[in-house]
Amino acid sequence: MTRALDSRPPRFRIVSAGGTDSKVRIDFVLKRVFMLLVLVWVAATLNFIGPRLTGKDPVRTRLLKQAVVGGYVQQGMEEMAKEYERKFGLDRPLWAQYTTYLGDMSRLNFGPSITNYPRTVNEIMADALPWTMVLLGTTTVLAFVLGTLLGAILAWPRSPRFLQYLLPPLLTLSAVPYYLLGLVLLYVLAFRLPLFPSFGGYTPGTLPALNMGFVLDAASHAALPALSIVLAALGFWALGMRAMMVTVQGEDSMIFAEAKGLKNRTLFLRYAVRNALLPQATALALALGEILSGAVLVEVVFGYPGIGSVLYNAIKDFDYYLIQGIVFTIVVSIGLATLLIDLAYPLLDPRIRYGKA
Amino acid sequence: MHESVWAYVRRNPNLLIGLVLLSVLLLFSIVGPLFVDVTNAEPLSVSPEKPPSLAYPFGTDSQGRDLLAVMVAGTPLTLRIGFLAGLLGLAVGTALGFVSAYYGGVADNVIRGIIDVSLTIPGLLVLIVVAVFLKQGLTVDQMALIVALLAWRWPARTIRAQVLSMRERTWVQVARLSGRSGLKIIFLELMPNLLPFLAAALVGAVASAILASIGLEALGLGPADSPTLGMTIYWVIYYAALLHGYWWWWLPPIAIITILFVGLFNLASGLDEIANPRLRKSV
Repeated sequence: MTRALDSRPPRFRIVSAGGTDSKVRIDFVLKRVFMLLVLVWVAATLNFIGPRLTGKDPVRTRLLKQAVVGGYVQQGMEEMAKEYERKFGLDRPLWAQYTTYLGDMSRLNFGPSITNYPRTVNEIMADALPWTMVLLGTTTVLAFVLGTLLGAILAWPRSPRFLQYLLPPLLTLSAVPYYLLGLVLLYVLAFRLPLFPSFGGYTPGTLPALNMGFVLDAASHAALPALSIVLAALGFWALGMRAMMVTVQGEDSMIFAEAKGLKNRTLFLRYAVRNALLPQATALALALGEILSGAVLVEVVFGYPGIGSVLYNAIKDFDYYLIQGIVFTIVVSIGLATLLIDLAYPLLDPRIRYGKA
Repeated sequence: MHESVWAYVRRNPNLLIGLVLLSVLLLFSIVGPLFVDVTNAEPLSVSPEKPPSLAYPFGTDSQGRDLLAVMVAGTPLTLRIGFLAGLLGLAVGTALGFVSAYYGGVADNVIRGIIDVSLTIPGLLVLIVVAVFLKQGLTVDQMALIVALLAWRWPARTIRAQVLSMRERTWVQVARLSGRSGLKIIFLELMPNLLPFLAAALVGAVASAILASIGLEALGLGPADSPTLGMTIYWVIYYAALLHGYWWWWLPPIAIITILFVGLFNLASGLDEIANPRLRKSV
């Protein structure tokens, strides 16, 4: 929804088509890589400052809580507190704590999880990430393809008129946050009509394995979360594509192609869709971040065993290392995705060269 | 006169739809307290888990809140969070955009770098990190401040682009040559021409802020004692209202949030139409 509201200005300067200036390209790549490093550093530093600024120490808070509850100290908690003390103890100066911390981060070592002590943050994330990646990967591509196609057909003057009535419902769907749509779907398709399972990523009791039965079971569990993401994202892609198609259809090349008497199909696919597709590809990279954070809540609603549910539980239990690890991983992966799309862009559109901004 | 207003609305129906939907919500939150006892939005004030009835048209929740009272009390709270955060974001964003575009040079490079880096960070996650540490005893206004932390990014970017395109126009140059100071040019020459953009940016910022606040609240990182729309969603998830079949609990907040976002979206497109007449659609 907000994505549709932001009138994102083009991120590239289009300079006149000419020979590729390789020097400029390398400058650009270096600058982009530098930006990514800055982003990673900012994210890491924010994670470091957080606990220290508020004086709320995650490990000590946990120890205190357990002492209050009644003497019970979680197994290994003492060890962990000692290890923590050694690394981030108050006796060490702040800069020394900071460099230790940055060292851990650069090795992607996020430390132990506070609530599941012997398990490390990395192990927990490794369990949850495949679920999220499969769900999000599939739904993002599906929504992109379906929405773009729908938008193209909506803008095509020779498509059936009744399709125009699809626009208001699409707009409304894209205005509702993913997870709220998920709540409604859950009620209608899992509670009222028990067509789909209402909770989890697979039937409890079965062991995750790569066989047909399990995959089918997992797919039926993923159906509703996937449907809510696809439905909510569809409108965004359709609206973006529709606007671009309208612009492209006004161009001279289009009129010329039409005057040549080309077939309707060729006009539609080769001339209109092909040219309107490019900004959609950029939007795909930008949308990734929003989809990831939107999907956190979809997973919570459906109790899906992905990274979003892990984050939700970590917030509930104040498992700061886990929160920190997840946030850091997502920020870095989105930064990488945007970098890759930015670098691939000139390959998609020969008109675009990176100039010095 | 009437003729021309009507003609304009027909050309720009989004503006009207947006204004009507948002006015309905405002009216609901202003007139509502006259008919509904909002103290019933507190837990334990009515008998719990009752479906809609004459006495409680929206039913009651598991903690004994009258859900109509919750909606009447919560809608303005959510609007307040969005509006405060949106205004703050717009103010900071506009200041950054002006300094960056009007003065240029080092300031521009630094500010543009900050904007670009911050835009690639998934906002909700940063806000989660911040909110986790302030979790206990948040108030509605503090919630607005948290959300405002990232609300300046898009206004800063759009205003910067607009000022850049306006800075070298002849009337600004004339003002500069006639010896007007930079601040006077900004406030007397540039600002008035940017008003439609500022309005559109404000609506966008408000919508993002509300979206972010509802997201945070649904995760349990909101003002737990206030009956905002997002906190209602949190309680719905927390008490598994769906699997108990309490449809009256989640339907009203989702309906209000939908009306709110559809209204804001239409208002934004309507204002965009005023701000960028060249964008006028041919379809």
